[in-house]
Amino acid sequence: MTARLLGLAVAFVALLTVPYWMPGDYYVNVSSQILFYAIFALGLNILVGYAGLVSLGHAGLFGIAAYATGYMLQLGYGHVPAILVALVIGLVSMAIYAVLSLRTTGIGFIMITLALGQILWGLAYRWISLTNGDNGINLPGRPQPFGVEINSANAYYYATLVTFLLALAATTVFVRSPFGAALMGTRDQPRRMNALGYHVWAIRFWACMFSGLLTAVAGVLFVYYTLFISPQTLALPASAEVLLMVISGGAGTLFGPVVGAALVVVVKSVVSGYIERWNMLLGLIFVAIVILMPEGLVPGSARLWRLAWRRASKKGAQP
Amino acid sequence: MTALAVTNLHKSFGGLRVTNGVNLSVEPGERRLIIGPNGAGKTTLFNLITGELSPDAGSVALFGTDITRMPSRRRPHMGMARTYQIITLFPHDTIIHNVSLALLGLTPMRWNPLTDIKRQSQLIDQARGALARVGLADIAGRPLAQTSYGERRRVEIAMALAQNPKVLLLDEPFAGLSIDERRDVHNLLLAIPRNVTMVMIEHNMDVALEFAERITLLHFGEVIVEGTRAEVVADPRTREVYLGH
Repeated sequence: MTARLLGLAVAFVALLTVPYWMPGDYYVNVSSQILFYAIFALGLNILVGYAGLVSLGHAGLFGIAAYATGYMLQLGYGHVPAILVALVIGLVSMAIYAVLSLRTTGIGFIMITLALGQILWGLAYRWISLTNGDNGINLPGRPQPFGVEINSANAYYYATLVTFLLALAATTVFVRSPFGAALMGTRDQPRRMNALGYHVWAIRFWACMFSGLLTAVAGVLFVYYTLFISPQTLALPASAEVLLMVISGGAGTLFGPVVGAALVVVVKSVVSGYIERWNMLLGLIFVAIVILMPEGLVPGSARLWRLAWRRASKKGAQP
Repeated sequence: MTALAVTNLHKSFGGLRVTNGVNLSVEPGERRLIIGPNGAGKTTLFNLITGELSPDAGSVALFGTDITRMPSRRRPHMGMARTYQIITLFPHDTIIHNVSLALLGLTPMRWNPLTDIKRQSQLIDQARGALARVGLADIAGRPLAQTSYGERRRVEIAMALAQNPKVLLLDEPFAGLSIDERRDVHNLLLAIPRNVTMVMIEHNMDVALEFAERITLLHFGEVIVEGTRAEVVADPRTREVYLGH
């Protein structure tokens, strides 16, 4: 417990001081990317890890919130209404996703979410009068929350960090709550949960909504980071990428998706500068994780740590 | 008022009739045993009563209220609880968490996403109380994966009892138990107060006959014999289709 708290404290201090020890703005921006992708992965993890529902269409929800922000700003609205409308549209889209896809679970759920994600990608790509097609939508600039400018790399990093910490805290409270326990029950034994008096469908629906909220928040942070949104953001590889973050880090754990997001973003944004075939490297890393730590990096590392600790204790106890 | 009334219940899977005009009337506080050879439709009857399956025809009433079309998730709120033939628990959690889930299922707190479940002292105390009734309070914090088969059976029963049921349906509670475990579960069932009506499916006639006041014999989805323990055991049809000669 103490080691865990110490680790969390070190991680917190490291996150707070990122702009001071990172070698330059580029790496601070990479850190911002890690954080908003971590929020996205936390959102997907609510479904994959805690509800046992694998979605392959979450990039569509991420993208629709980003598009809504860009479109509202293009129409001349301010940042606050743009963000609020983006979150509402993200939630309404998630509700539609949920109503359609929760008719089934397992492969059926994956296929319906995949199809819905592809529909949104298709709309973004072909509904040119609304989305500007392949050319995408440019944003005029970033907001100034509470009068603070967030145009610099450092300032945007801190804005993302605050949002990330809030999202992480909300997720922690959510999964430890009675509702979180009920959600995990529906993942493990839906039939039993039904027989115990739980409304399995409704529990899954509200879990989808929380997942959709985190995804929409991440989408808004993403679009303010890039100041541009195009159909690429909603494409299937983007959904697969965030699923990779969740699974590689450890589905059903709080910190797994965060570590997974860091892994994928670092390989994509930093390692890709040195290795041309970074996609292959990412694939190899994923295969290695699946073989060596099928439960994911965070629970897998914890398991190895416990094993090493036990062995060291045994050795120490021997005369 | 009858605790559980099943009237002319029918259910078919394709061309196979698994429940064929079953009538069952269980009085409050009664201990009813359902017996029958494999494939007689006993578990299907339980699934129809609990709403996990919808009947093709007929009705189910609980203390006079028609619950035939009521969603199965609402029946525990009406006072119906069940256990499963194949143990159906939450394998990654502790014993007390399993029982807490059973308690939580009947409270509005199950929708609460803001409080820590481990800090719900009333819920935890109630779960401990339910575990004490089945003799598992000492190992409440043990992960389910580290428990014996017999202990898991008792967890199943503790979960059902935690819901404070008026009608308890037990699907082969002695299946797979050792002699000692069987005795423990038997004593546990005998200790359940009379305000709980119990209907049990069981193949182990030694323990089941001790428990039962009235017995219903099912065969090919039909009730072929029903009566007191002595009447059913003495009936030649019972010997023919179930007990053997």
